[in-house]
Amino acid sequence: MADHAFSPWKVETRTRASSAFGLVALAVVIAAAAAPLFVSRSVIQDLFFILTMLVLAQCWNLLAGYAGLVSVGQQAFVGFGAYTMFAVVILAGLDPIVGILLAGITASVLAIPVAFFAFRLQGAYFAIGTWVIAEVVRLLLAQWKALGGGTGTSLPSGATREMFGVGLVSDWLGVRPSQAADIVCYWLALVLACATIGFIYKLLRSKQGLGLAAVRDNREAARSVGVDPGWMKSVVYLAAALVTGIAGALIYVQKARISPDAAFSLTDWTAYVIFIVVIGGIGTIEGPIVGVIVFFILLNLLADYGSWYLLVLGLIGIIVMLFAPRGLWGLFADRTGIQLFPVRRILTGASSTTKGVPHG
Amino acid sequence: MNWLDTIVQGVLLGGLYALFAAGLSLVFGIMRLVNLAHGDLIVLAAFLVLLLVTTLGLSPFVAAVIAMPVMFALGWVLQFGLLNRTLGNDILPPLLVTFGLSIVIQNALLEGFSADSRRISAGGLETASLQLGPISVGTMPLLTFLSAVAVIVGLNLLFYRTALGRAFRATSDDRETAGLMGIQPNRVFATATGLAMVVVTIAALYLGMRANFDPTMGPARLIYAFEAVIIGGLGSFWGTLAGGVIIGVAQTVGASINPEWQILAGHIAFLLVLLIWPRGLFPRAVD
Repeated sequence: MADHAFSPWKVETRTRASSAFGLVALAVVIAAAAAPLFVSRSVIQDLFFILTMLVLAQCWNLLAGYAGLVSVGQQAFVGFGAYTMFAVVILAGLDPIVGILLAGITASVLAIPVAFFAFRLQGAYFAIGTWVIAEVVRLLLAQWKALGGGTGTSLPSGATREMFGVGLVSDWLGVRPSQAADIVCYWLALVLACATIGFIYKLLRSKQGLGLAAVRDNREAARSVGVDPGWMKSVVYLAAALVTGIAGALIYVQKARISPDAAFSLTDWTAYVIFIVVIGGIGTIEGPIVGVIVFFILLNLLADYGSWYLLVLGLIGIIVMLFAPRGLWGLFADRTGIQLFPVRRILTGASSTTKGVPHG
Repeated sequence: MNWLDTIVQGVLLGGLYALFAAGLSLVFGIMRLVNLAHGDLIVLAAFLVLLLVTTLGLSPFVAAVIAMPVMFALGWVLQFGLLNRTLGNDILPPLLVTFGLSIVIQNALLEGFSADSRRISAGGLETASLQLGPISVGTMPLLTFLSAVAVIVGLNLLFYRTALGRAFRATSDDRETAGLMGIQPNRVFATATGLAMVVVTIAALYLGMRANFDPTMGPARLIYAFEAVIIGGLGSFWGTLAGGVIIGVAQTVGASINPEWQILAGHIAFLLVLLIWPRGLFPRAVD
């Protein structure tokens, strides 16, 4: 920064729209945090679903949209995180909150050997390889009889009602403990979603983020200026696994019942997530936010139509991929030039007539 | 436990996986298209054969022969109208479009045929067996394996002995230059997918005769097919057969130790092969 102190030039990523959006975002987060005071339990559960899917979508977007790692096996970390939490609660008798934190650690520990193996594979092989690994983790955990084996198990009754903070919320808001547990889960999901978006935004604006974009756009050129693609990809992969594991554990605290087939579901934890990211717009932070809202609306509109619902979802996915490969947010941003989470570096300075060439 | 018997059964099971995988291998080898709808297309073909058997009272083999041109046309149109638009350096568009397609096929079948398990009756062939020396071999698994070998031989002859095969290889190696030589890549790709659908029909015939099937079982078959293709190496049909056999043997050996380990053993064999040879055993083309 010392070099820039006397220079009239400045490299900025902020735009006027993004500054205004910052205030709006703050207001939305405050409103969301206060939501349990005003809305019913079922709305809180819906919001919880939206927030957790958003977290998973942001993680997958970071992998596929920025690091070029098209994983079809993120359900491995959702399920592993969820099983960690169940093991902590059932076998060790600890608080589910401890389980959620440990889930992040175990998921990133699992990601180390997975990365060691999967990073040797390219493109389609990587996608299929990660899928097979997720199946292997599912089949191995299905052998764990103490956690219900293939049929799964439930959290002991009372585990979520006696969870850290639930008693406090229950007294404070005057609600039943089961509802208070939902509220605590919701707040945790809100914190996780904000932290995930904040972390990804900070990462992408940093030097490392620039390196990541460089590796995605041209691996050889990036390497020639000293960016180590393998290292950056590993860091991103581990970070995504950590957050995905935490999200998985949180989702299953709320569900309170687990089975290998559900916790390692390709459809629920990867296919829907990919759908959300692609509909919204891959390679942007705004995309998954738009995508998860569209996904939720579709889910509610079509929920009564049984298999037609998935059929329509599949068709929409195909149409968007063919005709708007950068998603709904991409269409919007191309027309308006608005970026709410700008990561592009713009040179601004003394002379107002000179505009820097955007890069990054 | 009879190890010889286990391994023979595994090899024969591998024939079924190789049949699942052969069409995929053709498509993946020529255009690097990861077709996530392949498993669902097999199930779709199985329903088509079933429909012909039940409504016209045909033998399943005759029904499959009738289904082949229908499936060829479907594959041709699918590739020409839809999948060709997704080809390129980015693997995401084909992955997503075929995934969408997989969901569409699955749920259309659910609407049309309900979630009930079906089976194509082969008139007693299912339970027949042959005595080969010390071991007893089911006629159906043996027929499946021989069909797989025939399909692989057929694909190899087509690929290396015909003008169409030359066009396939040329487009696979260098699409632009092949285009300059008067080949129309889009049509070549459409023909390749059409042929893959003919192989899919053969796979569907055995899938339907050997066991029960329902509209949602496609993805589970797909993962074995992909494993066989990747173990074998890009663009090698014999490799795909070898891959199928490796998965099949691993599964029967795993199952003979502990029935719960059957699927797991297949996956672990796949991961071990890939750990040592990241590009598969016999890669023909450079990816």
